[in-house]
Amino acid sequence: MKYWRKPLDQDHLKTQHYQVDLITDRCKGCGLCIEFCPRHVLAESAEFNRKGYHPIYAVNDDCLNCGLCELMCPEFAIRIVQREGAPARE
Amino acid sequence: MTQEYSAGRYYPGELLREDRMPHIWCPGCGMGSILHGFLNGLHQSGLPLDKVAIVSGIGCAGRVAGYVKLDSFHTTHGRAIPFATGLKLANPELKVIVFSGDGDLVSIGGNHFIHAARRNMDLTVILVNNFTYGMTGGQFGPTTPLDARTATSRYGSYEPTFNVPNLAEASGAVYIARWTALHLRQMEQSFTEALHKKGFSLVEVISPCPTLYGRMNRQPRGLDQMKYYQQNSIIQHGADTRTVGIELNGKITVGKFIDIERPAYTDIKTRVYEKAFAPKPAAPAKTTAEASSK
Amino acid sequence: MSSRKSLSGDFFITGDVACAEGAISAGCRFFAGYPITPATEIAERMSERQPEIGGTYIQMEDEIASMNAILGASWAGVKAMTATSGPGFSLMMENLGLGVMLETPCVLVNVQRAGPSTGLPTLAGQGDMMQARWGSHGHYSIIALCPDSPQEMYQLAIKAFDLSEKYRTPVLIMADEVVGHMSEKVTIPPPEEIKTLPRRKPAVPPEKYLPYVPDADLVPPMANAGEGYHFHVTGLTHDERGYPLMTAEAQDKLIRRLVNKIDKNQDDIIMLKEDWLDDAEVVVCSYGISARIGKFAVERARAEGIKAGMLRLITAWPFPENRIRQLSKKVKAFIVPEINCGQIALEVERCSSGRASTILVPHMGGGVHQPHTIIEAIRKALK
Repeated sequence: MKYWRKPLDQDHLKTQHYQVDLITDRCKGCGLCIEFCPRHVLAESAEFNRKGYHPIYAVNDDCLNCGLCELMCPEFAIRIVQREGAPARE
Repeated sequence: MTQEYSAGRYYPGELLREDRMPHIWCPGCGMGSILHGFLNGLHQSGLPLDKVAIVSGIGCAGRVAGYVKLDSFHTTHGRAIPFATGLKLANPELKVIVFSGDGDLVSIGGNHFIHAARRNMDLTVILVNNFTYGMTGGQFGPTTPLDARTATSRYGSYEPTFNVPNLAEASGAVYIARWTALHLRQMEQSFTEALHKKGFSLVEVISPCPTLYGRMNRQPRGLDQMKYYQQNSIIQHGADTRTVGIELNGKITVGKFIDIERPAYTDIKTRVYEKAFAPKPAAPAKTTAEASSK
Repeated sequence: MSSRKSLSGDFFITGDVACAEGAISAGCRFFAGYPITPATEIAERMSERQPEIGGTYIQMEDEIASMNAILGASWAGVKAMTATSGPGFSLMMENLGLGVMLETPCVLVNVQRAGPSTGLPTLAGQGDMMQARWGSHGHYSIIALCPDSPQEMYQLAIKAFDLSEKYRTPVLIMADEVVGHMSEKVTIPPPEEIKTLPRRKPAVPPEKYLPYVPDADLVPPMANAGEGYHFHVTGLTHDERGYPLMTAEAQDKLIRRLVNKIDKNQDDIIMLKEDWLDDAEVVVCSYGISARIGKFAVERARAEGIKAGMLRLITAWPFPENRIRQLSKKVKAFIVPEINCGQIALEVERCSSGRASTILVPHMGGGVHQPHTIIEAIRKALK
């Protein structure tokens, strides 16, 4: 993650990490999550799912759990989960 | 039912018939997003779920009833509102929600829509407006903007349209909001408010129909229509509903337009009945003077 | 205004009013309707009586809405009724089908007037009998009852609610203008003497409940909205879960059951009134007001020494096929007076299959038969 200035408490600050958990076969490849993710985490994969669509995948670790993709996904295919080992969000 | 959380956030899995997923809606259709927003709004409302019923008509939006894990009724084309009226009046404990489309609610069901609003029937109506008859293949309807091309208006639609919020206000609705499928957080908020409003509340949600309406009007992907909403929506709470009509490729005014108080149908009815059935005051006892004069 | 919870005793009232009182005796606590001659008096009576007994009267914007409102009310667990006449009956047809498909108990009264279209709003007809059977699209079976007097309007209203709950189906009361508007003595028993059928409730907990798993008699128990069952029902072809299923197999299974639950229980459903059939050579088969005139004609014929009998259809649908078949083997002719150009006569002819002749005595509507037209038909049949 890039900062425009170094946070004063960076030494003891822990950033929580999240990732997008996709029910691959539900994705219909509409691309809404890719377009509207504010941190550009998602992209269309080259692979096909069982329904013949290109499902999404995460291209980086920048997810901040804003929840927009989860809410916007018309297929109820996306859940955001905490990355393993990361501390729980308050 | 147990509440599900997604990384600390509520997730409406408990309200969704997961055994019926994937749903029938096309890729890029706004219905799924709107349904998610609705379920979140319903959760936030805190209403007891055993006492919530959903009634849908026919069409793409009419399929919502089948995906929601509540008492849910998929009725006939245009008739969700009278069915819901019967349900609500027969069991006033129920919160009855009508979830249907523009063709269903303001074309074939237009008469029921205006009369339920006139009565101020205690219903929450969610009208998903995709400007077309989606399920039957994209014909024009009463909300299709002038000049829009559809399966039955190949040269452009030449019928003037209904401005739905204005129609509802003129008919007597007490709560009217409009959002697009992109305004997910605002939509949630409006759903919650509408569910708590006594009387006829309406939330209109503009939704992409990429397969039919979008494809014939140069927005072939749901994404194109969502971007169009992003660039052309103007949030204007309290806007005069006469000014919120929608034109092809024009601006879309969104926001909460109406939130007024007016006695609901049952309130007025109860008042009339109470007056009619009030025990009559006992006749004053005759005075001795009156009695002796006879 | 005094509050009358229940009435009992002898009353001199019209058939329409008696019908409303019968519904109230049966436990009807929801009426949705739209004014239409000659059924309006049912709505008027209900608007006065429902508030007295804690029920709901709502005047909807049209008959389409009225039909839907009673379906909704029934799913909320309340016995519900609407009443109309020909034009409104036509408007109700689509959602009568919804009632059949969702298996919704409710009662629909049609006080028939002469049609088609606006026809003769204030005068009698019996032209909606086939519409009652086949009026909604698709194939289904239905129950229709035909009262011949205000007293029977009262009794059949109760019976209609019982049948609708027992078989989970809309039940039609096919009255006519004359029966609806005539005033006669109607005896209403005290409330404790009126027995009605309750709704068949699920025997399993909500998480195990499937809305369309039938009992042995092909009728599924019914959960109401608001009881925590969280069921889904649809007018689409559906499976036992109530979920839409767009296959020929699902259609086959569902429609067979919907038809069979009525047709296979015919013996329980069908009510007939039979007079002088033991030695009858000619049988007048009719219903409603026409049956009353038919009976008068049979009495006259008997006085002349003719072996005439009377078969009155209290239940018109399902049609008493077996009884007509039996009779057709021993009688010479059926005389069918009805106020149309031949509807129930077609059924009589079908069931007698040429074993006995069927003679229609039609009336175009706007009045009732002259008894002599029926007597002449009886005489002619034996020549």
